[in-house]
Amino acid sequence: MSTNDHDKTKDGEVPTTGHSWDGIQELDNPMPRWWLWTFYACIAFAVVYAVLYPAVPLVKGATPGLLGYSTRAEVEKDIQRFEEANADLVAKLTQVELTTDAIKADADLYNYAVQGGAAVFRTYCAQCHGSGANGVQAAGYPSLLDDDWLWGGALEDIYYTATHGIRNEDDPDARWSQMPAFGDDYLPQEEIDAVVQYVRKISGQEHDAALASAGETVFLDNCAACHMEDGTGDRYQGAPNLTDAIWLYGGDVETLTETVTYARFGIMPSHQERLTDAERRAVAVYVHQLGGGE
Amino acid sequence: MSSTDQDPDRLYAAREPIFPRRVSGRYRTLKWWIMGITLGIYYLLPWLRWDRGPSMPDQAVLIDLANRRFFFFWIEIWPHEFYFVAGLLIMAGLGLFLFTSALGRVWCGYTCPQTVWTDLFILTERWIEGDRNRRIKLWKSGWDAHKIRLRVTKMAVWLAISVATGGAWVFYFADAPTLLGELVTLRAHPVAYTTILVLTATTLVLGGFMREQVCIYMCPWPRIQAAMMDEDTLTIGYRDWRGEPRGKHRKAEGAETLGDCIDCNACVNVCPMGIDIRDGQQLACITCGLCIDACDEVMEKIGKPRGLVDYMALSDEGRERAGQPPKPVWKHVFRIRTILYTALWSAVGVGLIVALFVRSDIDITVSPVRNPTYVTLSDGTIRNTYDVRVRNMQGESRLFQISVQPSDLFRVEVEGARNGLVEVPPDAIELNRVYVMAPPGSAAASAQSTDLRIWLLDVEADTRTYKDTVFNGRNAR
Repeated sequence: MSTNDHDKTKDGEVPTTGHSWDGIQELDNPMPRWWLWTFYACIAFAVVYAVLYPAVPLVKGATPGLLGYSTRAEVEKDIQRFEEANADLVAKLTQVELTTDAIKADADLYNYAVQGGAAVFRTYCAQCHGSGANGVQAAGYPSLLDDDWLWGGALEDIYYTATHGIRNEDDPDARWSQMPAFGDDYLPQEEIDAVVQYVRKISGQEHDAALASAGETVFLDNCAACHMEDGTGDRYQGAPNLTDAIWLYGGDVETLTETVTYARFGIMPSHQERLTDAERRAVAVYVHQLGGGE
Repeated sequence: MSSTDQDPDRLYAAREPIFPRRVSGRYRTLKWWIMGITLGIYYLLPWLRWDRGPSMPDQAVLIDLANRRFFFFWIEIWPHEFYFVAGLLIMAGLGLFLFTSALGRVWCGYTCPQTVWTDLFILTERWIEGDRNRRIKLWKSGWDAHKIRLRVTKMAVWLAISVATGGAWVFYFADAPTLLGELVTLRAHPVAYTTILVLTATTLVLGGFMREQVCIYMCPWPRIQAAMMDEDTLTIGYRDWRGEPRGKHRKAEGAETLGDCIDCNACVNVCPMGIDIRDGQQLACITCGLCIDACDEVMEKIGKPRGLVDYMALSDEGRERAGQPPKPVWKHVFRIRTILYTALWSAVGVGLIVALFVRSDIDITVSPVRNPTYVTLSDGTIRNTYDVRVRNMQGESRLFQISVQPSDLFRVEVEGARNGLVEVPPDAIELNRVYVMAPPGSAAASAQSTDLRIWLLDVEADTRTYKDTVFNGRNAR
């Protein structure tokens, strides 16, 4: 197939490489012209491309190219495009009255808040509260799915908590309360044991009846100020309800004793600086609709 | 590798242009009808309207890629029902087997788009440039004003046909009147223009220039179809025992020793594939029947019976050579093989129709939320969450009620709904978050898992469907 006229030398022979195996010679034909021109065109393309686009790697990046193209700028443009497309909804979200009725009245707005809030949650909240918002059970990271709220489960309450955080030093408006450590010579050990049994009693768990009745007095004297006389807690102070089935740190004797002895000091950071108002509102709407919102 | 001392065969042979002559007769008439009907369906079908209610498209045949729906008159196919398409493809395959084993390459000769559009292009070519002899003359002549005028006219008409062909295609994928308006005012999506451009180019190139080369070099069907034919298959052949020796019937030269074939080449001149059927069945023959018409015309003129070139089966050759009549057509067509194909084809068809009529127009899918597996509420209630997707395959919005069984063990709440009542918009899937709760201290609350059935009731039609799942209790792993 290699015996076209232009392949032959003057004496009519096809040039060979001189290699020969069992009489089979390796012909040395020129490359097809179309192939050669395609090859040259590729080289020309590469040169033009290297001039126009980022190409040569340098220490801190690549040569920028005459067109100034960058994928990072493309992403920024995309983000900007989406932000512009959502600008109306964002403006609405920052102005809307912070009640579920007001937000749900506008289906688009509600959908945007839930979806946007979910994205914010996954970025800023999931580290402690978990991607499923179930917190870390009995380790101080509350579940946001249940109907038990330390500081209130209305939309406005969740928004405030998300904005200012809890017991952090950065935000003067952070929710703040502090349980005293009763073990530090404040209460003798037997009174701590008694009050632990009393708490087990009012939460409907197994308990020592004699210790529990002794613990009632201890409770009323020392705990009722925050946890209320009936132990149902006080949301204004973030004092948990001790009569329900949910324990932030655990409801067993050992954990309760530890809590009473040393107290607890859970911290949630402020998000006032990290998130825009619309983002904080969105994440509040998202958390509110997870199944426990009030 | 060829040796260098002898002149090698060229690897590329230029196409010999073909100038099919006009012919009339029974097969040509049949082909005109088939061309009219198939092209009519192709160009006009997207414009047919079909009322499906206010919120649904009113195009009779619509492939709605964006919303993943296929509308065919009263039938609406959802993506999860893609098996209908698979079934139709199986039917098309079996149909091809059936027709090929009975009638040879009738698909190629009569209904293949390549054949139909090539026929249309040859028709316009003949209309503008004249019949065979004038076209040959024009082809041989130099480029003068006359030739340029004819060629430009022909190209313009071909281009118009091609644009219409490419254009008709996109109307199957969007509302045709709307899309036409957008196309004309240059507001349509670039994909529409690109598609039209590509299909215009392929129509023009395949129908105008490549023609028979598509069948001979590009298409796999001729190979496959040839393998499916047998000695009883009706195909086009030349009765050489009647025609040979061929020769011009001149009175003086002992015409009585010659066969019926007067070697007039009429069968060759009309052939769109440029072959001589007298050489026997061959790969390039698409069995369009035009050579039969041409030969019959000639036989009539010279007073001989028709059918020197005719549809016949290979098994008839021996009988005819022995002077016996050929088997009747129905004996060729009704054979165990063709009956088997028909039975299979019908079975798939009946299956599809049954599937179409018994398919449920309500459907739920249930995916339990596993992050977390359960939630404890403040009173000790154990709650599980399920993502329940309700599919409404009708044109009106419908009211459904979601409930659980056993209902005495569980309480159910649907997020944002009262009494488990949800309204699903027409032709849509709605995601509902369903909370199922087991009261504190109950067996289901403490068990590892409990079987649970989620029911979906169409409130108005009183039809229901369900999905089984499990409820995870406090001891769930």
